[in-house]
Amino acid sequence: MDGMKKRWISLYVENQVGVLSKISGLFSGKSYNLDSLTVGTTEDPTVSRMTIATVSDDETFEQIKKQLNRMIEVIKVIDFTDIFVRMKEILYIKVLKCTPQDKIEIFQIAETFKAKVIDYGKDSLLVEFVQTATKNDAVVKLMKEEFKSIEVVRGGSVGIESISMMER
Amino acid sequence: MRQITGNKLLVKALKEEGVDTIFGYPGACTIDISDELYKQKDIRVILPRHEQALVHEADAYARTTGKVGVCLVTSGPGATNLVTGLATANYDSVPLVCFTGQVAKHLIGNDAFQEVDIVGITRSITKYGVTVRNREDLGRIIKEAFYIARTGRPGPVLIDLPKDVMGELGSAEYPSEVNIRGYKPNTNVHVGQLKRAIKMLHKAKRPLFLAGGGVNIAHANESFREVVEKTEVPVVTTIMGRGAIPTNHPLFVGNLGMHGTYAANMAVNECDLLFSIGARFNDRITGKLHAFAPKAQIVHIDIDTASISRNIHVDVPIVADAKEAVLKMKEYVEGCKREAWLKQIASWKEEHPLKMKKRAVMGPQDIIEEINRQFKEAIIVTDVGQHQMFASQYVEITKKKQIIMSGGLGTMGYGFPGAIGAQIGNPKTPVIAISGDGGMQMNIQEFATAVLEELPLILCVFNNEYLGMVRQWQKLFYGKRYGMTNLRSGALFRRTEGQEMPAYTPDFVKLAESYGAKGIRVTKREEIKAAFEEAKKNTKLPTLIEFIIDPEEMVYPMIQPGGTLKDMIMDC
Repeated sequence: MDGMKKRWISLYVENQVGVLSKISGLFSGKSYNLDSLTVGTTEDPTVSRMTIATVSDDETFEQIKKQLNRMIEVIKVIDFTDIFVRMKEILYIKVLKCTPQDKIEIFQIAETFKAKVIDYGKDSLLVEFVQTATKNDAVVKLMKEEFKSIEVVRGGSVGIESISMMER
Repeated sequence: MRQITGNKLLVKALKEEGVDTIFGYPGACTIDISDELYKQKDIRVILPRHEQALVHEADAYARTTGKVGVCLVTSGPGATNLVTGLATANYDSVPLVCFTGQVAKHLIGNDAFQEVDIVGITRSITKYGVTVRNREDLGRIIKEAFYIARTGRPGPVLIDLPKDVMGELGSAEYPSEVNIRGYKPNTNVHVGQLKRAIKMLHKAKRPLFLAGGGVNIAHANESFREVVEKTEVPVVTTIMGRGAIPTNHPLFVGNLGMHGTYAANMAVNECDLLFSIGARFNDRITGKLHAFAPKAQIVHIDIDTASISRNIHVDVPIVADAKEAVLKMKEYVEGCKREAWLKQIASWKEEHPLKMKKRAVMGPQDIIEEINRQFKEAIIVTDVGQHQMFASQYVEITKKKQIIMSGGLGTMGYGFPGAIGAQIGNPKTPVIAISGDGGMQMNIQEFATAVLEELPLILCVFNNEYLGMVRQWQKLFYGKRYGMTNLRSGALFRRTEGQEMPAYTPDFVKLAESYGAKGIRVTKREEIKAAFEEAKKNTKLPTLIEFIIDPEEMVYPMIQPGGTLKDMIMDC
């Protein structure tokens, strides 16, 4: 399989009932990997925009784009894999059963990763990370190793084309 | 401004779309539409006896008239019975607009009586599906549905109609324009790409055309024949492409694929340029992918971008409607006759002609050859199985003939209702169904429709008391263990060792007669001719001709599933 890697698609779709189901159904029905999918309305309330992450090889990815393009409800498909985009994912990690030492460590981690501790309990902390999905992967891995009991929720990447920034 | 109900607007919309025939089965959620249709005379309503047959009938009507097939069924089971037919039409690119009833909006999601999420159920087997949630959207949605169904790569569209929305008053206007921002089918040919492809064609030493169903759907046959004759490049077809050029044309090599001819499969294997139009390289034609057309560069013209470069590597991809492409080709192609190549193909044809072993008993080839002799104009509709492969091998398709079948999905039960839809759309053309005893029983209730609509169909049932194609695989690859394929097995057979079996299960002749149709049983070769002559006399009645066939009849050549084209089983 040539070029197996993570790729991103930004999708403009009709903001209608069933469209999300149709898009996700395409991925399951044709056995395409769906790493993450986010969706929300745009400045035009009749249009939604999705950011889709998938791990696939070159040929499969071409098929995914074509299959998306031929859907009536899909207005536009943009391949984010090789263009300059700003892309972030929100990640919340709640650390439970914290010792006082744990709490100090969590604040240090938060500072290092430019994250915010946004809530505080007797033996628990809630940390918010807004960074790339890849960095979030690393954070989750680290936190799992460091702490006994954590709860993770993440939003999936949202992305938009850069204006002048030549970095991802 | 005058206001009308959704039900009235629907009927108005059908008329404006030029619909003269619909296939409908009523129910609680569509009773108001039935009522509106009752009050008018312009649209003929056909009442089949099962919704699965209904959608096949609309499908065949569409395939043989070039119009959009229209279905109207009720909610719940009426809608779910469409599923197989929608998938069939979707696979074979058939334009359908299917209206399904739906419970009133406030009941949706309540598990109401006869409520199903039919748009959800059919999402992956329709080109587009939508529930009409607001009365003011109805006209636009119907307009879009017809446009989507017939343009681009045609396909089925489903519109779900909640009962309350249809009862609401609203604008009587039916829009005349369509503008769907996410759907702009492109049919124009990229001339640069096409010229590149044609240059390769002119340079090739062993060029070969591969024509698929797209050529027939686009009605590009005549122009394609002209291109073929001008270039003198030989042609192979898929079963859906059969008739792309007349099958008696000297440049026609045969069908390729699992049951293709020896010459066609050898030609694909040896060609150095495979120029494909309107085919999508399904596994049944390619066999083992990496060994398919190993010496060839491949040009692939298809209207569906997603069909190109999906299964095989393509050197020149061209997205275009087959007809547009062929018309442009006509302008640019030159003669590129390759004597040695044509001679080679001729010698393959001679080496292994398409021929069944001549046996003492009547065989499928005898029957189909009689059809070829007696009918110079006909629509032939097959079911799925051995008889379908015999038909796609032996039926001659010339200018006034057409063959249709469920090629992609392989839907048993398509043949009989398909013939009904074809006959309704083409009342003056002889329509012949070719079916097996298995597939025939999957929609046998349609005798009622055929008799009451006075359709002079000729229904050929190849009865071998087995599900023959599966049996063929069992004979070749499963040590002759005929599990689940004997249509006469069961407790009665086991208990009495066959001693007390009725002569026929069912007695097709009596069955036909019980519906008021004619039935003829043919057991000998000498009876075939007379049976068809007799059937032709019944101009207002369907005639079933049951042919008793030896279950040992096999379809050859055959490529083992997953095998390569050059390793054909010729006979055993």
